[in-house]
Amino acid sequence: MKPHESALQVRGLTKRFDRLAVDALDLTVRSGEFYALVGPNGAGKTTTLRMVAGLLRPDAGTVTIFGSDALSDPVAAKQIMAWVSDEPMIYDKLTPLEYLEFVAGLWGVDPATSEPAAHRLLVSLGLEPHLHERCEGFSKGMRQKVALAGALVHDPRLIILDEPLTGLDAVSARHVKGLLGDRVRSGCTVIMTTHILEVAERMADRIGVIAAGRLVAEGTLAELRQQNGHNDTSLEDLFIALVNVEAAAA
Amino acid sequence: MSSATALTWFARHEIRLAWREWLATMTGGRRKRTRAVIGLIVFAAIMHLPAYAVIGRFADLRAPLDKSSLIVMTATIVLAWALMLSQAIESVTRVFYARADLDLIMSSPVRLENVFSIRIAAIALTVIAMALLFSTPFVDVLVIGGGIRWFAAYGVVVAIGLSAAAMAIAVTIVLFRLIGPSRTRFVAQILAAVIGAGFVIALQIAAILSYGTMSRFAVLTSDAAARFAPDADSIMWWPARAVLGDGEALLLLLAGGLLLLGAVMTIFSARFANTAARASANARPNHQGSRARAFRAGSRQQALRRKEFVLLRRDPWLVSQTLMQLLYLVPPAVMLWRSFSDSNMAIVLITPVIVMAAGQLAGGLAWLTISGEDAADLVATAPLAPSRVIRAKIEVVLIAIAAIFAPLVAALLFASPLQATVTALGVIIAAASATAIQLWFRVQAKRSQFRRRQTSSRLATFAEAFSSIGWAATAALALAVPLAALVSGLMTSAIVAATWKLSPRRE
Repeated sequence: MKPHESALQVRGLTKRFDRLAVDALDLTVRSGEFYALVGPNGAGKTTTLRMVAGLLRPDAGTVTIFGSDALSDPVAAKQIMAWVSDEPMIYDKLTPLEYLEFVAGLWGVDPATSEPAAHRLLVSLGLEPHLHERCEGFSKGMRQKVALAGALVHDPRLIILDEPLTGLDAVSARHVKGLLGDRVRSGCTVIMTTHILEVAERMADRIGVIAAGRLVAEGTLAELRQQNGHNDTSLEDLFIALVNVEAAAA
Repeated sequence: MSSATALTWFARHEIRLAWREWLATMTGGRRKRTRAVIGLIVFAAIMHLPAYAVIGRFADLRAPLDKSSLIVMTATIVLAWALMLSQAIESVTRVFYARADLDLIMSSPVRLENVFSIRIAAIALTVIAMALLFSTPFVDVLVIGGGIRWFAAYGVVVAIGLSAAAMAIAVTIVLFRLIGPSRTRFVAQILAAVIGAGFVIALQIAAILSYGTMSRFAVLTSDAAARFAPDADSIMWWPARAVLGDGEALLLLLAGGLLLLGAVMTIFSARFANTAARASANARPNHQGSRARAFRAGSRQQALRRKEFVLLRRDPWLVSQTLMQLLYLVPPAVMLWRSFSDSNMAIVLITPVIVMAAGQLAGGLAWLTISGEDAADLVATAPLAPSRVIRAKIEVVLIAIAAIFAPLVAALLFASPLQATVTALGVIIAAASATAIQLWFRVQAKRSQFRRRQTSSRLATFAEAFSSIGWAATAALALAVPLAALVSGLMTSAIVAATWKLSPRRE
């Protein structure tokens, strides 16, 4: 694989809090790929992605985003990346449009580009009737949509999402999945953690299973099945089998 | 469970919630609460010293009092009542909007009127407990110096606490009906902030206009006030007489307070349930943002600054606090206006007031912009060096302070260029010091946690207060005794430097 073909390359990533949260993790996500990271609670998914996004400093290891070292030049890495956390962090006293204007300004996007993009995104996420309302009264799902629109308005090459579908109703979840699918088809790379295995199964090009801070399995659904010798099993069964093996080994 | 048992249980639940909320406020949510409680007790013990300085000389006061003393004492009680009312309004709105148990309570098989009567009583209890806590050093000093008859003052605190809580509930529910849930929250916050200060400021303005002094006691102790005041046996003096140990007056006051609270419970407990339901149903206020306008171009820092200014403008706490600071500046401004006509040396007093206000406001603004970042992840993942983010936020604080205080300094320029220069320097240094302290002690918090910011770091809170007081004193001394200003300035610089030394280390 040529270096530029990988959107994200993580080597020996380690983070310890009270216990070891991420244990010398190696991970490669290809450019234009939809990658789902699954694992039990406390497996280290969010910690890994927070280190990649520059929100946590790793104890050891390297993070390379589209060829540039995210630890030595975080600003360059952040310019092409977007992060959406499971708890949507937006400003209660701003309207969705004002929020997107702010995000676009932070990423230095020309208003001539960002303004129509912001309108398009909010409309496509079903927020058109609320464009000029302050976010303070929005439901969690609506806030999640605003945060997602904020992540997309600067047209990132790599989008990292931590449990983006939590709290969304079925229609909204479909909107979000559609939007992410469109982005991947247009060449964007998406890395997403999720507990909804059916979403990973349906949407992801490749799935990484993380347990106790280590990547215990990785590949397409077919590859995962093959690796585990179950050719017709669901991801849920595979996941439980993998996690149980890891727990027994620990 | 019988109805009476259920209500007793609910009362216990309310008291436990109130206690934990109070403890969290006092300890800043720290786990090592024993240490925090010991600290509070030590603090309360130390508070007896300033209490002695303020009130010790009045311990020998005995009935019957002359009219001037009655007026001063009654005015002090009215001020305490206003402060309690302010706190009670804040408590009531918090119960309406912040408690997450309304759905649970309203879906439970108990009579809502009864449950909310208990909640009203719990609010009254919280207000009274807080007032008793703050009044303890003062009453203790009076008891030690003047005998046990002063214990009656605690009874007066309870009585006025009851009436303040009753009034707060009535005011808030009436506001709900008049202007709706979303506006009530905003208006109540402003009311709560302004009520406490308004009384003192009104007295000061009256004193300045009548006697050319900023002392609020000038009006209260004047012949004119004594002339207009009612006779010594008037109902108006009951609170003062009760404080002095008049048992009959105290009992009547307590009965009045209880009656008022009982009436509010009877009239409003049913509406309290409806109001609470409307507040939670209307948790989604329909605030329209600014009219649609085009996205603006500019640098990343400009985007940050614009966002901060919009958020500050839309922050009800800030609006109320700024209003308070401006209200506090009204008396010196009136003094300034008067001093144009006669060369009154009292104009010098304006400088420390302005410098102090600038330091305090800058501290609050700095916390909101630097620590109170609601989208911390977003800003941290933006392609912008952290130092540039911090710089943009500091610029916002300093620009806001400049916008608020520049007109006052400009007005001073006409009266005394030297004083204007000293005031401007004082404002800049006080604002910079308060901002620096907030920067050194920054935390990651939500803007809505502002109310608890003072308990998250006691050191930062005290350092910010002492720095503002120190720079205010330095500015005043610079105009009166320049050599003393040098000493005061060095001492204040030492406080700021020591605060930096004690601040948490960062990468």
